[in-house]
Amino acid sequence: MPEKKKFLLRAYIAFAAMFVIAPASNAMHIMEGYLPAGYCVAWGVICLPFLIAGLISLQNKVKENRRNLVLIAMSGAFIFVISSLKIPSVSGSCSHMTGTGLGAILFGPSAVSILGIIVLVFQAVLLAHGGLTTLGANTFSMAIAGPLVSFGIYKLCTHTKMNHRAGIFLAALAGDLFTYCVTSIQLALAYPSEAGGVAASAVKFLGVFAPTQLPLAVIEGILTVVIVIGLETYAKPELRAIGFFGNRKEA
Amino acid sequence: MTKNTKTVILLLIIAALIAVIPVAALRDAEFGGSDDAGSVMVEEIHGEYEPWFTPVLEQALGGELPGEIESLVFCIQTGIGVGVIAFFMGRFVERKKWMEKQGEEDASDR
Repeated sequence: MPEKKKFLLRAYIAFAAMFVIAPASNAMHIMEGYLPAGYCVAWGVICLPFLIAGLISLQNKVKENRRNLVLIAMSGAFIFVISSLKIPSVSGSCSHMTGTGLGAILFGPSAVSILGIIVLVFQAVLLAHGGLTTLGANTFSMAIAGPLVSFGIYKLCTHTKMNHRAGIFLAALAGDLFTYCVTSIQLALAYPSEAGGVAASAVKFLGVFAPTQLPLAVIEGILTVVIVIGLETYAKPELRAIGFFGNRKEA
Repeated sequence: MTKNTKTVILLLIIAALIAVIPVAALRDAEFGGSDDAGSVMVEEIHGEYEPWFTPVLEQALGGELPGEIESLVFCIQTGIGVGVIAFFMGRFVERKKWMEKQGEEDASDR
């Protein structure tokens, strides 16, 4: 392409881009300083019991069998990887996933709260992504509420004897979506709209988050299934040690 | 190729497609804005809003983290995660091979 044409094309793209009002969405975390102080403290207080339960549960898991550390580390690493990947979505903006589904399925929701908060602190301090004042609220949405839903759905699916992998997929997907629902509600509680109050405001925030997050939740479900397949193939002894297989016949 | 390998490959292809298609389909979109639009929304509902606390890092640097460095830190985060997963996965894979070999040898000894 001749230089001039190239330049014109670029200029055109830049020009066009200025007019695109992409319904960009905030990544999952509430930004530093964007929650009133009272809410910051309140969410932090709500998180505390879960974090303590998480510490105890992790301690027990390690005491039970030191080899459990390997899977705990892998679940944490999975959150690290997944939540660092910013992925483009259909709404024309990027967002990232939570990755908490794996830990919730393997170790239950309380243990994940600890793994999640490690990632959140890392991002808040080093990346100015999320924040220290909003840490409580973000921990609640990503490391507590989401994993709780994942865990519940996973248990429900195993109870109803649904296809195991479909269950894992649904659990991770629902956990990811629910994280964003909670974020929306948290923002709405702090910023109720003048007409319609908290509910109307929540719908507004959800409208920003949901279209971006839906495809990402599907990806998260897929990736969680992939890593579980990998673990089932190569890490049977470890999975057996944490009772992952239950009564199910080992795959 | 085992059935699992096929499933994994298929799943990864689907995941990649979900991520890539929006980029190809929405050529004009910015794909930025992960941090700004939430605050835009807050302002829309609340009116002007001044965050009452700036990130510690921005305070230390006296400004925003440069984009390139931000991507570096994100890469470090990914790297740590991938490193841990790959390390253990590698050990597991080799262990399985080794265990199977041992099993065969035990069987032939008998």
